[in-house]
Amino acid sequence: MPFKDKVYRLAKRLLVSRDEADDATQELYFKLWKNREKIETYDNVEAYAMRMTKNYCLDQLKSKRAGNLKLVHSNYKDENISLQKEIEVHDEVNIVKEMMKDLSEKQRMIVQLRDIENYEFEEIGKILNMEPTAIRVALSRARKALREKLIKKQQYGIG
Amino acid sequence: MELVKIEKLIEKYVEAETTLEEEKILKNYFLNEDVPAHLESYKSMFTYFKNSSLEHSNKSITFPKKKNRDYLRWLSIAAMFIFFVGIFSVYQNNLREKEQARLAYAETQKALNMISQTLNKGNNAIAQLQVFENTQNRIFKTNK
Repeated sequence: MPFKDKVYRLAKRLLVSRDEADDATQELYFKLWKNREKIETYDNVEAYAMRMTKNYCLDQLKSKRAGNLKLVHSNYKDENISLQKEIEVHDEVNIVKEMMKDLSEKQRMIVQLRDIENYEFEEIGKILNMEPTAIRVALSRARKALREKLIKKQQYGIG
Repeated sequence: MELVKIEKLIEKYVEAETTLEEEKILKNYFLNEDVPAHLESYKSMFTYFKNSSLEHSNKSITFPKKKNRDYLRWLSIAAMFIFFVGIFSVYQNNLREKEQARLAYAETQKALNMISQTLNKGNNAIAQLQVFENTQNRIFKTNK
């Protein structure tokens, strides 16, 4: 399956949970399959697939936020596993993971596509429907934010 | 790779002005070499990016199976066929029974006709007997 892992990773970046990312991936390939005749005429199927993934995940997030109950529930759950989480956070690399969650969705997607999947700005522009310059600006902000946080952590220890 | 160069690249990187090539250089540097303390935080960042890029789903994608659908379609066609063959054969059976009944009816009718014809012959004979009796009555003048 071409670019399946990229789709999965982008979905996971946005939806966080593995299961939801799996579902999103499944859903995306189902959609691609349904449009398979149309797709053959596209010159960049991968960018198209990634854009659909993005749209699908953002929709998912929106509908999740619309259901308040779910959010309350997950807050409650969070406290239960806070200890385990704290242990995880001690791991240097996982700190970055947690920090990524504080970025805006757009920034997260850009970092994902650039730093993890190594796309050119042109391609990211196609996927996110953004101008390359706007992407640069957002990416720079995201990288700076990550850097600031990491330096702070390093200076003050885990806090 | 000299440290000065790396530091310059890092600055460019943070401004999002590096090319993919340059970012590759940075990645390789931070993943493979001893990193001085003041750049340590970048190391965890790049390590995280590297790790993330290796993540993958363990679930395989199931397509709406074309094969399965074909199979279903053929199955339904076969079922329809069997259904119609069944109806047809029942209908045929019915026809045959009707035919047999008609034949039996015709045969019976023929037989009954024959009997009635024979009986009619007998009636004629009995009618002649009546003449006989009339004559007898005239002769013996029986009063009733």
